[in-house]
Amino acid sequence: MSKLKFLKSHEWYSAENNTVGISDFAQHELGDIVFVELPEVGENVEAGVAFGNVESVKAVSEIYSPVSGVVTEVNEDLQSAPELINQDAYAAWMIKVKVSSVSEELISSADYDELTKR
Amino acid sequence: MKTIFEKSQTGKCALSIAACDVPEYRLEEGILRQEDARLPEVSEIDVVRHYTALSKRAYGVDDGFYPLGSCTMKYNPKLNEEVAALPGFTGIHPLQCPRTVQGALEVMYRLSEKLAEITGMDQVTLQPAAGAHGEYTSLQLIRAYHLDRGDTQRNKIIVPDSAHGTNPASASMAGYSIINIPSGPDGCVDLEALKAAVGKDTAALMLTNPNTVGIFEKGITQIAKIVHEAGGLLYYDGANLNAIMGTIRPGDMGYDVVHLNLHKTFSTPHGGGGPGSGPVGCKKALAKYLPGPIVVKTQEGYALSESSEKSIGRVKTFYGNFLVALRALAYIEVLGKEGIKQAAQLAVLNANYMMARLKGKFPTHSSKICMHEFVVSCEEIKKEIGVSALDFAKTMIDRNMHPPTIYFPLIVHEALMFEPTETESKATLDWACDTVLELLEEAYRDPEAFKKHPCSMPIGRPDEVTAARKPVIIFGRDSD
Repeated sequence: MSKLKFLKSHEWYSAENNTVGISDFAQHELGDIVFVELPEVGENVEAGVAFGNVESVKAVSEIYSPVSGVVTEVNEDLQSAPELINQDAYAAWMIKVKVSSVSEELISSADYDELTKR
Repeated sequence: MKTIFEKSQTGKCALSIAACDVPEYRLEEGILRQEDARLPEVSEIDVVRHYTALSKRAYGVDDGFYPLGSCTMKYNPKLNEEVAALPGFTGIHPLQCPRTVQGALEVMYRLSEKLAEITGMDQVTLQPAAGAHGEYTSLQLIRAYHLDRGDTQRNKIIVPDSAHGTNPASASMAGYSIINIPSGPDGCVDLEALKAAVGKDTAALMLTNPNTVGIFEKGITQIAKIVHEAGGLLYYDGANLNAIMGTIRPGDMGYDVVHLNLHKTFSTPHGGGGPGSGPVGCKKALAKYLPGPIVVKTQEGYALSESSEKSIGRVKTFYGNFLVALRALAYIEVLGKEGIKQAAQLAVLNANYMMARLKGKFPTHSSKICMHEFVVSCEEIKKEIGVSALDFAKTMIDRNMHPPTIYFPLIVHEALMFEPTETESKATLDWACDTVLELLEEAYRDPEAFKKHPCSMPIGRPDEVTAARKPVIIFGRDSD
């Protein structure tokens, strides 16, 4: 997890796997996740812009992209089992991206931990 | 259960029309419909039985306990209905000459006066059709006020993270961007966060008081000062007025605009067709922007005033949901000044009684005395045995209790938000607390079985996600 970078809006980006997901803090705040709406393979995502949304028992929240690029793969498992995000937010990647650029707003794992400590 | 369309049988009819005794006249082809309307073919008794069966599946406050937090599901006195059914009110038309509907105009005038008095505002419009409509109307007033003063940079609305979801939604719909400020550990507005958020771009702060965790915002006059000094306005979300009516007035706390929900606080029918009513009141400085017409008292009687030139314009046809306003006036007149205050006090007492009985068994969000509602969290229970707030809510249905509001406010995990209202007796509150505590034991005894409720209803747990994401809201044609 320490290799991940984060947006302040609670998304993570793995440079190693080019994957994007939401943080453990985010899944905990959202509560039971019941639906995830993700883009299709081939669509463009833009750093700092919403690419999908996640619905929990509480609310629907947008998911912002930490990177710009083209979606190469979507985690189809989340369609039928969105609770995977609650179970392990860092294993439950949402999209894989052919990255053209990364957001300048990304912060380190340690800084993100600091930010979400209450 | 079949839909009324599925019960249709070709040739059945619910009415018999007398034979035509005038020459037949055929309308021009261009304005005739090309095919018959697809209406169910059923007899009168089929219709009656169908809708009676449906009505038996509904649950309202007339059926039982309904502690739906934030919604103030108080009993709706039947006297209201009697008054609203008087032919002098039902047999009139909104376009009638004001001279011939003096009684109806007096109702609107008197209700506006009473609501202004209760909220500490100077002028009221009864037009908005419900709460969110009232919020939207209020935001239009706020915009008109700033723009009229040439203050054109105020494009942001501040809302606390504990706010009713309609607040940011209405602000966003009105074209504002939203600044969310975090609540303090006690669930109240964090004054430092507010100070940091206000500025030249602040149009208003939207705030309900007591707040959504059922705590009175003690810092309200300071909050008002911070917002006003930044040039912004303070908007009161009237959803929680039931806790304080007759005791303290939003106008005296420093609020500039309020919306009310007559269907919550003032005992008019709620949900399931209501309709609602969301009057808006404001201080003098904003009165000229109100939608018109407004009923005024003249020497010749009651009259409808023209809208001011600066008015935001009508927000509803005619005068809002008039018969709902009438019911609210009946309620206020029957209770009187002392009765209104007592209703609020009993609402607060009932909530505190329930909270005191559940405290210790369920972690409550705050140890303080609550106002008209309180929030408990199932977070620890869920961690321990996997039973969630949703499971509790679903099981209550099997015990003939409407569930409380769940998963709100957002700042409390696994929240159950109870608002018993003043119209429940101690016996009912005791029954409800006993039931909830029994359910807690049941959950620990067999968590897996607990998650299967409700079992006594025609439908168990519908797929709410699919229903919301892919709603089927029309009955399809056979051939489709």
